[in-house]
Amino acid sequence: MDKKTAYKKVAYYPGCALEGTGHAYNKSTRAVGKKLGLELEEVKNWNCCGAMEVKNIDPKIQTYLSSRVMSIAANEMGHSVVMAPCNGCYHNLKKAEYDLAHDEGSREVTERLSSKAGHTTYEAGQVETIHALDWIKDAIGEEELAARVKNSLNGLKIANYYGCMYTRPRHIFPEKDSGPGSESTSAPHFMDDLLAAAGAENVDFALKTACCGGAHTLSDADTSTKLVANILIAAEEAGAEVIATECPTCHTGLEMHQIRAETNFGIKTNVKVMYFTQLLGIALGLSPRKVGLQENVSDGRAALKARQIG
Amino acid sequence: MADNARTFAEVEQWVEGWSFDRAAPLGAAAPRQLLAAAEEILGLWLVAHGKAPSSRKVEEFTLLGLHRQAAKGDPSFNACRETCREVCYRFNLAATDLAPAEWRANLATLRRVVQHLVYFVGGKMRNAQIGEFCCSSRSLRTDEAEAGLGVG
Repeated sequence: MDKKTAYKKVAYYPGCALEGTGHAYNKSTRAVGKKLGLELEEVKNWNCCGAMEVKNIDPKIQTYLSSRVMSIAANEMGHSVVMAPCNGCYHNLKKAEYDLAHDEGSREVTERLSSKAGHTTYEAGQVETIHALDWIKDAIGEEELAARVKNSLNGLKIANYYGCMYTRPRHIFPEKDSGPGSESTSAPHFMDDLLAAAGAENVDFALKTACCGGAHTLSDADTSTKLVANILIAAEEAGAEVIATECPTCHTGLEMHQIRAETNFGIKTNVKVMYFTQLLGIALGLSPRKVGLQENVSDGRAALKARQIG
Repeated sequence: MADNARTFAEVEQWVEGWSFDRAAPLGAAAPRQLLAAAEEILGLWLVAHGKAPSSRKVEEFTLLGLHRQAAKGDPSFNACRETCREVCYRFNLAATDLAPAEWRANLATLRRVVQHLVYFVGGKMRNAQIGEFCCSSRSLRTDEAEAGLGVG
């Protein structure tokens, strides 16, 4: 089955962030999927992917936790594709897949804990984990997307920020860097491609995969703020009016540290932060409310209005 | 490193205070100064970790050689691999003889990428685990887990 067909209906793993701080990402992802005729079936009784915290204590437990999500999707719901819009979840499911394919110790722990928990053990290769970017790019594609645009993004200047976990470490993403049409780990472009198809003008953004210090935002907030402020300034210097995000942690980090940079360091930036699904939703004719723009801390509605978008 | 080498804070301050007013008269030397600051930062990190910075070049860049040296045995440096490569790419653009507007834009971008490297490595000086468990996907307690001390 080709990707276009396989991705029409996928298991949806929102993860915890999309039910909290990333609520607008959840809302806009679902709304865009519906608008494009793509079906999402939420993984039943899903659990934490192991995030960063569990992985630090015991990476094999994180592998098990992620494997349970994939097991439910495959063995209880009959899916062959799991779509995770959160970079952390996406990364962890990919890491679990890699560990289960390459590490006997991870397989043993997963088997033992799956049996104890009373569900079928996940076997590497049962599902393909994809990101929301892969989902729209491969199920719809730029050409079809452009044909469905009702409110062009009208040359809105966008810096696309992918963050770290969408591409690193490279070995857990074997499908990337695999020739024409594939995503690149050093210069990712799927978000650029989709937003350009929706009428945006992508700026040359040098820090699209730069670390935002997100994981250390509590233990070393000043470092995170400096890293984020530099990312925001770089986007502005490149001419961006908006930074598009595809990860709830990146998004929240950019929004929060934008405020902190001003209050603690006197660094003021005006660039707005929006999820790429919010921008696509607007381009497809959805209302700002429908894609949760009112939930963003960084309110980009005026920037869109100024460009007569939506 | 030489006795007159700058401290980390001095390099950070220099990059933060960088401006076209200071760079413009320097012409072609400006991109080289920014590249040198990036090399200095990685060199200072290596020295702080008891290693003598290598002068080995990778793909014609000392910076990439230093990154490779720093990343050996420390996968968290994955997080600035692309940054170092971006510095080299932007250096090449800024060092190319272009129209003034493009030269300024390339130089400004190079400065931002170098500044990112300074903040990231500076963060790692204070908190070695930055980049450890996200990009490099490495557990902070891998040794314990492998020794069977973890709950798994």
